[in-house]
Amino acid sequence: MDTFSCDVLIVGGGGAGLRAAIAVAETYPSVSVTVISKVYPMRSHTVSAEGGAAAVIKSGDSLDAHAYDTISGSDWLCDQDAVEAFVREAPAEMLQLEHWGCPWSREPDGHVAVRPFGGMKVERTWFAADKTGFHMLHTLFQTSLKYEGIRRHDECFVTKLLMDDGRCQGVVAIELATGKIQAITAKAVVLCTGGCGKIFPFTTNANIKNGDGMALAYRAGAPLKDMEFVQYHPTGLPFTGILITEAARSEGGWLLNKDGYRYLQDYDLGTPEPTPVLRSMELGPRDRLSQAFVKEQEKERTMKGPYGDYVHLDVRHLGERKIDGKIPFVRELCLKYAGLDPVKDMIPVRPVVHYMMGGIHTDIHGATAMPGLYAAGEAACVSINGANRLGSNSLTELLVFGARAGKAAAVFASERGEPSPSVLAQAHDEQRRLEEQFLFKTSGKERIATVRQAMQETVEQSAGIYRDASALQQAEAKLQRLQERFRDVNLEDHSYTFNTELTAALELSYMLDLAQVIVGSALQRRESRGSHQRTDHPERNDGRFLAHSMAHRGEDGLPQIEYLPVTITRWPPGERVYGR
Amino acid sequence: MPPTIALDVIRYRPEQDAEPAFQTYEVPFRDDWVVLDALNYIKDRLDGSLSFRWSCRMGVCGSCGMMVNGKPKLTCAAFLSDYLPGPVRVEPLNYFPIMRDLIVDITDFMRKLTKVKPWIIRDQVWPLEEGEYRQTPEQLDTYKQFSQCINCMLCYAACPIVGLEPEFVGPAAIALAQRYNLDSRDEAAGERLKILSDHAGIWGCTFVGECTQVCPKHVDPAGAIQQFKLTAALDALKSFLVPWGTR
Ligand SMILES: Cc1cc2nc3c(=O)[nH]c(=O)nc-3n(C[C@H](O)[C@H](O)[C@H](O)COP(=O)(O)OP(=O)(O)OC[C@H]3O[C@@H](n4cnc5c(N)ncnc54)[C@H](O)[C@@H]3O)c2cc1C
Ligand code: SF4
Ligand code: FES
Repeated sequence: MDTFSCDVLIVGGGGAGLRAAIAVAETYPSVSVTVISKVYPMRSHTVSAEGGAAAVIKSGDSLDAHAYDTISGSDWLCDQDAVEAFVREAPAEMLQLEHWGCPWSREPDGHVAVRPFGGMKVERTWFAADKTGFHMLHTLFQTSLKYEGIRRHDECFVTKLLMDDGRCQGVVAIELATGKIQAITAKAVVLCTGGCGKIFPFTTNANIKNGDGMALAYRAGAPLKDMEFVQYHPTGLPFTGILITEAARSEGGWLLNKDGYRYLQDYDLGTPEPTPVLRSMELGPRDRLSQAFVKEQEKERTMKGPYGDYVHLDVRHLGERKIDGKIPFVRELCLKYAGLDPVKDMIPVRPVVHYMMGGIHTDIHGATAMPGLYAAGEAACVSINGANRLGSNSLTELLVFGARAGKAAAVFASERGEPSPSVLAQAHDEQRRLEEQFLFKTSGKERIATVRQAMQETVEQSAGIYRDASALQQAEAKLQRLQERFRDVNLEDHSYTFNTELTAALELSYMLDLAQVIVGSALQRRESRGSHQRTDHPERNDGRFLAHSMAHRGEDGLPQIEYLPVTITRWPPGERVYGR
Repeated sequence: MPPTIALDVIRYRPEQDAEPAFQTYEVPFRDDWVVLDALNYIKDRLDGSLSFRWSCRMGVCGSCGMMVNGKPKLTCAAFLSDYLPGPVRVEPLNYFPIMRDLIVDITDFMRKLTKVKPWIIRDQVWPLEEGEYRQTPEQLDTYKQFSQCINCMLCYAACPIVGLEPEFVGPAAIALAQRYNLDSRDEAAGERLKILSDHAGIWGCTFVGECTQVCPKHVDPAGAIQQFKLTAALDALKSFLVPWGTR
């Protein structure tokens, strides 16, 4: 078996992972750092982010205003100490990216420009046209190339965390090109593996978003936090699930039902004005907008299409110049994938699974419950997103908490001795498991795609925009059966070279575990808050549930849910008010 | 609309195949499907052993480039309906070593990207407290186009020089160098010029312009190469004209 070792091992080469790696290389040059990623870093999902990244920079804005928008947007489920750290460090992180070359859109005088975004009372979203994530990721990746100290294992797929006495000491990974199983030992590991939208059938998320790191941490004993909170973005293209960025609305786009009526006015989101009003109507928060769609659907005021019901997003009145200047990618995507031109046509859209508010529980330094194990980015839950993330907070979160986690891991690593040699035995066991369960196995009747599809349908039917106890209970039972069916999965591919069927099987096994956690956490939370709406418990219940759900993996493999109180510093829970 | 369409797909598993060969699959035809959807149909329902890279399915991650009927394409943006009645020929990208089926080895490409020093280089780094470097929208426009590259490598698969001269850094890497050269925040154009001039192949580019034609993001690498050659030639001329004493 090939073995490698380093001080800090970062799993994931997206925005969070690369920021963490650079933080280690810059701040602690004597600490060796390796980035391992199942795709080349610039393919990571951060590349798809469109609209922008929030940070206070303009006069007339304040850190408290950003904090308040974030906290009320989260329906008071975020930790306010984390939010305060986040808004405080966000501006410097964004400036740092500017210094590294990110092509931010500019004002005529050369200052960075900002745009409005949903749920934000002040314009504070930095943007690089509508390819913000693409430019941020390529800037981070290209900048990372300048540090010779950052070693990379590209296209290596992590299958297990090496744990010794509760402490994380490295990972086992498959080098995809050769199929070789590697043991990489480390004094500290940072999981930056992104979200898990692929658990759902209709999502903006890329094929690689399977929650690998969340499942790895959960299996190793770390709790997952607030996993019932799944963000539906109100505007996805039917069939493909391609995202039409919120920037289309912040630049002035309208949401119209089948009568051409701006229906959001019926859902306590304000009154329609011709130009965008902050924290109102189309610039309300995503949870409320997606819920309004379902209500319109119930009133039969949506339109019917081959891929489900939809409403219209209308940007025609913005004109070609503004569309090409501010949201060119929206036009490109519509022309290429929907066969329509937003300059002339309305865009059909429907809510689509977009983002996981929950993730691996960490403190504000990115440390998980297991010593030596850190997490950042969408895989982690610090939490600044609570029950509903505000658009454009996530990209900034990657930078702030990526850097924090990287530095904390470097400090931890520099204070510890070498990993214990006993973990290598675990790596051999893991190799045997992969061979016996998958590579060498010739029996098995189930196709990966069939089990995956059944899981996706189960989760959508039970843990969608609206939920109730009976659907969730049925889903628990179905998922249990799907776990059994997964054990009978058949691989047609027994090759060691770039075996993507093997990785698809492992990804499915991660997603099945997480599906159980999502459903289990949703069942236990008998209240409605943010993106978690229970038709059988329609009110928010601060008395019982102003708390994070913490899912631990039980002996039986099923999630055990406990609660951890939310940290409140200066903003006591209140009503979420939009448009008035 | 035909009910099905055939795909002739290159298969190569180094452990069992002496050389790459075509295998034919019949998939349902749907007019909103792209070639990548058809490949996924094959993998999910017909043959789990077919291997290819993909991720975003929205033309931005750069993973899914392949030869489709002999032309380099992002398979997530190539509609089946443009290839009726079929069969559609799907092969790995030209000029890259095949690793497995439709997957090529891109380590050399990654090395070339790094070679051109694609990061901001300047003498005086402002402290963050000083705020952002000012850059007007016009200054941004000078390099914006070259910053749109998704590293999909279609331009390499289209470039005859890449085929003849393996050391040629290639269209995307030159466009990337130009992206930084033209950025008002950067000061290392001279350094990159030297790296590129020292490199084999660059002078061999005959402006066929294939790279620009196949680029899905309108990066215009041929334009970058032309700009680069012009600057390099002027530079050479300058050093020739300036009298020795003042050099
Ligand atoms: C279409 C779209 C648009 C968005 N737009 C915005 C926006 O405008 N503003 C905003 O703030 N947010 C936006 N978001 C959200 C934001 O983009 C993501 O939350 C964020 O990019 C996640 O980054 P990350 O670094 O955590 O993970 P990712 O970028 O997903 O990277 C994960 C990394 O982990 C690696 N990895 C995963 N599993 C393994 C494994 N088993 N072994 C090895 N490596 C592994 C992958 O290779 C990858 O490198 C958008 C999201 C989507 C889907
Ligand atoms: S220049 Fe165009 S074709 Fe070449 S790698 Fe970049 S995006 Fe692809
Ligand atoms: S799958 Fe990302 S570019 Fe085609």
